[in-house]
Amino acid sequence: MFKHHVFLEKNSIVLLLAIIVTVLIGGLVEIIPLFKYETTIEKVEGMRPYTPLELAGYNIYIREGCYNCHSQQIRPLRDEVVRYGHYSLAAESMYDHPFQWGSKRTGPDLARVGGKYSDDWHVAHMINPRSVVPESIMPTYSFLMHREAATLDSHKHMKALRKLGVPYTDEMIEYALADVAAQAKGEPTYDTTGLASRYGDKVKARDFDGQPMIVSEMDALIAYLQVLGTMVDFSSTREIDPSTLDKMPAKVKAK
Amino acid sequence: MNASLTQGVTSKYNEEIVKMFTLATCFWGVVGMLVGVLIALQMAFPWLNIEPFLTFGRLRPVHTSGVIFAFGGNALFATSYYVVQRTCGVRLWGGWLPKFTFWGYQTFIVMAALGYVLGVTQGKEYAEPEWYADLWLTVVWVAYLLVYMMTIIKRKEPHLYVANWFYLAFIITVAVLHLGNNLSLPIDHVGAKSYSVAAGVHSALIQWWYGHNAVGFFLTAGFLGMMYYFVPKRAERPVYSYRLSIVHFWSLIFIYIWAGPHHLHYTALPDWAQTLGMAFSVMLWMPSWGGMINGVMTLSGAWHKLRKDPVLQFMIIALAFYGMSTFEGPLMSIRAVNALSHYTDWTIGHVHSGALGWVGFITFGALYYLVPKLWGREEVYSLKLVRLHLWVATLGIVFYICAMWVSGIMQGLMWREYDDMGFLTYSFVETVVEMHPFYLIRAFGGLLYLAGALIMSYNFYRTIKGDVAKNEVDKDGNPRVAYRAPRWDDHAAQPAKAQAKK
Repeated sequence: MFKHHVFLEKNSIVLLLAIIVTVLIGGLVEIIPLFKYETTIEKVEGMRPYTPLELAGYNIYIREGCYNCHSQQIRPLRDEVVRYGHYSLAAESMYDHPFQWGSKRTGPDLARVGGKYSDDWHVAHMINPRSVVPESIMPTYSFLMHREAATLDSHKHMKALRKLGVPYTDEMIEYALADVAAQAKGEPTYDTTGLASRYGDKVKARDFDGQPMIVSEMDALIAYLQVLGTMVDFSSTREIDPSTLDKMPAKVKAK
Repeated sequence: MNASLTQGVTSKYNEEIVKMFTLATCFWGVVGMLVGVLIALQMAFPWLNIEPFLTFGRLRPVHTSGVIFAFGGNALFATSYYVVQRTCGVRLWGGWLPKFTFWGYQTFIVMAALGYVLGVTQGKEYAEPEWYADLWLTVVWVAYLLVYMMTIIKRKEPHLYVANWFYLAFIITVAVLHLGNNLSLPIDHVGAKSYSVAAGVHSALIQWWYGHNAVGFFLTAGFLGMMYYFVPKRAERPVYSYRLSIVHFWSLIFIYIWAGPHHLHYTALPDWAQTLGMAFSVMLWMPSWGGMINGVMTLSGAWHKLRKDPVLQFMIIALAFYGMSTFEGPLMSIRAVNALSHYTDWTIGHVHSGALGWVGFITFGALYYLVPKLWGREEVYSLKLVRLHLWVATLGIVFYICAMWVSGIMQGLMWREYDDMGFLTYSFVETVVEMHPFYLIRAFGGLLYLAGALIMSYNFYRTIKGDVAKNEVDKDGNPRVAYRAPRWDDHAAQPAKAQAKK
């Protein structure tokens, strides 16, 4: 074996090719089967693409590097399920290009932060985290209040995402701007029936940042945070086989 | 002295390009570590976050890219260009192309860092640059591969030395990873924004296939190439085992690629992929230690040199840290351990024992060997300062990783502690409060490490000037003649002194 290795040492092109083949194997074996979707992403009720306002919030979340300190992936471990809620499903991030699971919890997990705190709490927390959590070490993000959310090119974002497989309809793209306004103002200022018909009745439409004159980045970010982890309807998931119950996390058992 | 100065000029090798990359390594090293100290302090003192541009979220990629790609990348360029010429016995191929790789790469670094501060990011760890910077890097990288490969092809030595196998594996695999992980669709041709082609669980696995192998090929294979040239050179001994280098080279590059999923234990990634990732991560322990043993045992019959030569000490401590963190890594990739360690500072400590201890120290060792060679000096300005750097930096690492071990394991345990009633004992923020003293210790450790890099830069500045410190001995313990290069305000008196030296 070692005698034959001399051949590689003398023929650099062959060596290069041998390296390429060697390093490709592992990646291919692990990544390709994953694209057999039915074995990777479970069927669930309620997943929908982000509204244009939530999508703008998702992009602010990425821009500010929130994923550096917050995960969005609850593991099926007892303490995590008690602390954060049902463990994360693959389906819940299927429209995130890319995923925001994170790798570090300097701050808490946000996978199910939606609905946990009021909009006012989020606004106060973003302006100065220590005003609501005195021990917090999070940076302040008060500038989000004064910046208009960049939603004028929402249709471009949605078209790009549609090419990548997110099921945005022509109607959603056409009414993107109207949906931004409707969601960031809510009833009675705007008629939200169109928004609800496109994205479902559960869509939260209201003045998130408490500033009626502007659709701010704060509106977008809070709209995104408030929808996190709330889309999947867990009451409609299939019954759990009782024999597997002792392996189940505490919270699921309680249900 | 004059004879040694002209040596570089008449050399058949392209040493100018190596000099440029060497200086860039020092510069970006200091910048990247400085940002590291700043963001470490931001975790202890949140008021240091200055919105919107200088928040932790935007600066952390500046630090990671700064030390991995700017400091580490330039060090790899410098040493690979040096090693490939010396081991192949020919001048670097490509005329102006090596210089293009230099300016192209620096441009990429500036593009990426400016983007982060301004909020332009793909949101994937260690692959944050947006599509336009990625495309530019691809061009530069192809040029790099071309220069490297063509130099090898026209070599005068029939055998390709082992260091080159590692550099070659590093260059080509990083290209594959870069292309695979950065497939994205820009929303238009004028804007910076793009969306990654893969979503959710798929983007997660592709990202960590990339992320883990950025460690495996950028921070390991590349720096092993460095180790395989500079350790034998400095120790003046051949590599310990040729066969071991073959076995550990092929097993290392084959197994590393599989290990990515250990970053995704207990997530929505299918279990079979997690298990594969764990199994291969544990296996990876062996080839890693193969490399460590081959490096350390190269000192066989030359152990006495380690007593006197701080440059060799840098290299051997680097290998010790390499062995330690490649043992810790497989341990942390076991699911049961990972359940505790994941999401905590333990991971940060692990990364830094590898990055500061292995990558940093092997680079410092190589640079201390390289700089005097490139500028035609017998030795660096002061080996005493090298020794000071060694101890300051080693202490810094110890402070850093111990603080992160304690805080990481402590936080992991606090998260999962229950009271008698079965409720969680601690709210999240109570665990944050407990981290404060460890964040201070960590920042102090980082500061020491940065101080070491500054000492090194000063040492190089004096070396390049041509100075030799007073009361110095060389690496074998023989006294050196102190010397100070003539300065612009020295007038006529100095040249005579310069003559006297040689």
